[in-house]
Amino acid sequence: MKKKISLWIWWVILLCAVLVGTALFSLCAGPAAIPAKRIVSLIFEGRGSAEYSIIFDIRLPRIVLGMAVGGALSLAGVMLQGIFRNPLVEPYTLGISGGAALGVCINIFLGLNRAAGLLSLPLSGFIGSILIILLVYSFSVRKGVLRIHGLLLTGVMISFISASLIMLIMAVSRTEDLHGIILWIMGSLGEPNWVLIKVMLFVSIGGLIAGYFYRADLNAFMLGEEEAMHLGVDTERTKRNLFIIASLLTGCSVSVAGIIGFVGLVIPHLVRILIGRDHRILLVASFLAGGAFLILCDTAARTIIAPVELPVGVITGIFGGALFIYALTKTKFILGEK
Amino acid sequence: MLQVESLTCGYDSKFFLRDINLDVRPKEFLGIIGPNGSGKTTLLRAMTRILKPKNGRIIFEGKDIWQMRYKELATRIAVVPQGSESGIIPAEEFVLLGRTPYYKKFQLVETKSDLEIARRCMSLTGTIGLKDCLLSEISGGERQLVHIARALAQEPKLLLLDEPTAHLDITHQVGILDLIRRLNKEFGLTVIMILHDLNLACEYCDRLILLNKGRIYKEGPPEEVMDYRTIEEVYKTVVVIKNNPISSKPHIFIYSKR
Repeated sequence: MKKKISLWIWWVILLCAVLVGTALFSLCAGPAAIPAKRIVSLIFEGRGSAEYSIIFDIRLPRIVLGMAVGGALSLAGVMLQGIFRNPLVEPYTLGISGGAALGVCINIFLGLNRAAGLLSLPLSGFIGSILIILLVYSFSVRKGVLRIHGLLLTGVMISFISASLIMLIMAVSRTEDLHGIILWIMGSLGEPNWVLIKVMLFVSIGGLIAGYFYRADLNAFMLGEEEAMHLGVDTERTKRNLFIIASLLTGCSVSVAGIIGFVGLVIPHLVRILIGRDHRILLVASFLAGGAFLILCDTAARTIIAPVELPVGVITGIFGGALFIYALTKTKFILGEK
Repeated sequence: MLQVESLTCGYDSKFFLRDINLDVRPKEFLGIIGPNGSGKTTLLRAMTRILKPKNGRIIFEGKDIWQMRYKELATRIAVVPQGSESGIIPAEEFVLLGRTPYYKKFQLVETKSDLEIARRCMSLTGTIGLKDCLLSEISGGERQLVHIARALAQEPKLLLLDEPTAHLDITHQVGILDLIRRLNKEFGLTVIMILHDLNLACEYCDRLILLNKGRIYKEGPPEEVMDYRTIEEVYKTVVVIKNNPISSKPHIFIYSKR
């Protein structure tokens, strides 16, 4: 047991180091490259120079948001894959992102954002995702039992329906609105509002803490729902609470940063391959790895063809997918398969 | 120890079990037999609180099991289910999952005593040598033993098994049933076991419950239940019953038409 704990601690330390290293790298890299040494002196010089604003007003918010969103999405992925016992589930499978996107589209289409200010976009995204969560959830509960396969299928169907509705809105909206919608859907960490970033960070860390109370339950869930019950897990409560936590994490992430795919699918699997399936380490490690991964992808997105910024979802998709396939060929295990 | 009082339960609107009354005594070795679809597994699922009764109660040590907390129940009743899963998990980690109901809210890893209990259960079932093997890479018989070790790690007072010998060769059938009998006799563990093999049921169980169409058709010691008229009536098969020359327990011979 001692061996197991010290191994886990080493992994956490390593991942923290990777996260900090990635953040530092991201802070330095960009069209205006600023060496790490200069950052320290900038902190003492204080506000005033152009470099200071680049570091603290442009890059730092993105890094903090990247950590929060990447961590939240990976965490949601671990929880959902855990309770569904399905390797293909990711935070976006359940229609949450579709709901958020629909909310934002309606907002832009009706021109509410021009009247109500910039905060109305994340807010409408959040409202959209919450409505969808309630809808999917209420469709899947029967006699107090959350039917997990029903939940999955309903979620997928609702995703399709909201995708179609988004297309409908796009087909009838004005050109300038269309641009806003597409930009939002592609996802970006360029959120200038510190309040939103702080809220996101708070939600993300809160989700980690709340989810961590279910570590033993998630481990028992690996054996199946009935077996988990035999091991003293209140499966209905666990499913419901984890679903709510994962939904909030996803809903907030999508509202703030748009649809950034793949993080929630790939990172949990990579961590499983590298470190193991025990949720006591998997939750923490996925959170840290997801944060580092998204920061790295965002750095690539804004530096590859600078000063033009690529959508970060493009990078997470290509980079994450390739990395995952590589890891898969190097290992003999996939979740739930021999 | 466990009382089932006028239990009626089933799935949705269809009732499988009707008016079951049963009293399981401490340290008893009880076998549940009956044809396919007679409600054996349903009864087991009701006893482990997976299926909610439509009517009646199940009392464990004086308490209605639906009034007990999940963890409380899991430290007293352990289940070895049918067709056990094979995951990608080392056997020792798997057995340690049996300690789940004992974890405190803020406890991160198993304590030393958890590990000792898991190791002891693995030694008892003869699986300690497999502790680092993945569950998906060991044989069916070994896997069943590891599952029993996990159930024992819950330190239960009552062990429920759903066809522990299905799909196993006679070595493992006898090995597993001998082990369960030893747990019953030496450690005083109460055992309720579903068995399809009537001969094994007669050989090992103190008392048998014969289910038919969701009701208890007959109960009593194997010698009483294994009456050829009863078996022919319930199983719709012609049989001959003789005694085992060594244990003098009833043994069933089937009659095949030529």
